[in-house]
Amino acid sequence: MALKTEQMVLNMGPQHPSTHGVLRLEVELEGEIIQSVHPHIGYLHRCFEKHAEAMTYPQVIPYVDRMDYLASMYNEFGYVIAVEKLLGIQVPERVDYIRVIMGELQRIASHLVAIGTYGLDIGAFTPFLYCFRDRERILSLFEMTCGARLLYNYIWVGGLSHDLHPDFVRSAKDFVNYFRPNIKELNDLLTYNRIFIDRTANIGVLPLETAINYGITGPNLRASGFKWDIRKDDTYSIYNKFDFDIPTGQGLVGTVGDCWDRYYIRVLEMEQSLRIIEQALDRLPEGDVTSAIPKRIKPPAGQIYSRVENPKGELGYFIISDGSLNPFRVKVRGPSFVHLGVMNELCKGHMVADVIAILGSIDIVLGEVDR
Amino acid sequence: MKTPEEVFNILKEKFGDAVVELAASQPVDPYIVVNPKEVDKICQYLFDNEELSFNNLMNLSGVDDSNGKVIAGQNGDKTIEGGTLSVYYHIESTKHKHKIVIKASTPRENPEVNSVESIWRHADWHEREAYDLVGIIFLNHPNLTRILMPYDWDAGHPLRKDYKNPEFYHGMKVPY
Repeated sequence: MALKTEQMVLNMGPQHPSTHGVLRLEVELEGEIIQSVHPHIGYLHRCFEKHAEAMTYPQVIPYVDRMDYLASMYNEFGYVIAVEKLLGIQVPERVDYIRVIMGELQRIASHLVAIGTYGLDIGAFTPFLYCFRDRERILSLFEMTCGARLLYNYIWVGGLSHDLHPDFVRSAKDFVNYFRPNIKELNDLLTYNRIFIDRTANIGVLPLETAINYGITGPNLRASGFKWDIRKDDTYSIYNKFDFDIPTGQGLVGTVGDCWDRYYIRVLEMEQSLRIIEQALDRLPEGDVTSAIPKRIKPPAGQIYSRVENPKGELGYFIISDGSLNPFRVKVRGPSFVHLGVMNELCKGHMVADVIAILGSIDIVLGEVDR
Repeated sequence: MKTPEEVFNILKEKFGDAVVELAASQPVDPYIVVNPKEVDKICQYLFDNEELSFNNLMNLSGVDDSNGKVIAGQNGDKTIEGGTLSVYYHIESTKHKHKIVIKASTPRENPEVNSVESIWRHADWHEREAYDLVGIIFLNHPNLTRILMPYDWDAGHPLRKDYKNPEFYHGMKVPY
């Protein structure tokens, strides 16, 4: 006779070390088996979209920094591209190159946090320290460029706030050479670690159809085996000038689209980002980075949806302009917000301990979920 | 790969008056205006049709068009009467790599739009957000509750252009 257990509701969070911010998961359990997971969000809601309506276009930039605060450069990148499309302006080539270099450095930094804290979540403490050590070097490069380590306000509509430090190219090349062998070290430490594989392989498998239907993008979609990257498939800025690959999940240790695949895609993407950075540093043209910044940013009435490949997925800005100095409406389609919506689907039928492994593998930032 | 004009013509032929117009005069994105009570059928067709197969909802946003009569109140407050609220659907096909924008406008006094949650599960949270912040009611949505604001927020929908902050929330003073 099967043993009957009583249904139990478990609250995980809002204050919980593994929720990467303030998130409450209401988990319904039968014994140790998860019946359903309901995320409750909004604890960090700062009314970004309402604020943006009261700001001029350039004043919004510091606010977008604070959404996905682990990838601020890329949030700015996406926002200014949307406004530039509305305005119909072209930026100098040097600006595009610097934006791509910053964006890809930011991608590595963001993935390092994802990987490091993922290890931490499921009990591997050491890789976290290694990842943050390397991330510090990237933050130092940003500090050298614009003085800030986390929230930059560096990429402006039509250009950049100022040019690179004279030492930047050399330091960035040093970083690339320093970091490449560290990926191998990380693989030895964590990726092929037996305990790590046991915790993540075959857990939280996300089939491709489900992933697309739920709007999953970025590394999480690619881990499900779909070769889709906005940098290539709906290219923007100057990404079509670089040579890089799009890794997809292969199910090396388990099933395609499991937690391990989602983790490993990020490791592979860091290598590709290094390739892009190297190419961009070698070809960096001369020029004035502030020459195309408009004196007054007043786009014509109209609306645009513009998207970029944020480290975590598709970051879209829907901006409606009514022809005044302030945006009429700014709606942000943040990847973290969308990815959190699939939690219930991923967790069903797994053990309660796997919630942590699954949540860590989809890599969310609550600043962007709640906005 | 289909242009927005081609998609519009296909829809116009199939759905007639439910598809209102193609607004292509805008500087950047042309959009197709549809009837809010037919939007789920139209989206289902766009999703199912082999040649179109719009399988990916990129974004869904609720917007206060603020095109009604503005009545100015005391100390800068205003109330808007009449006009419309709109929902914008940005959809694309990952197979054919084309994308279009669909817009459904609904009267401000009775803002009801049919939900597309059963077509793209992605729409679930976005519709809840549009309900929470703009106050658009999505018919047939399985769980239309507030998502970003507190569940017991009773002062209205913040992204309405005539939103007023409440004086107190659970005894805490709101304006500071």
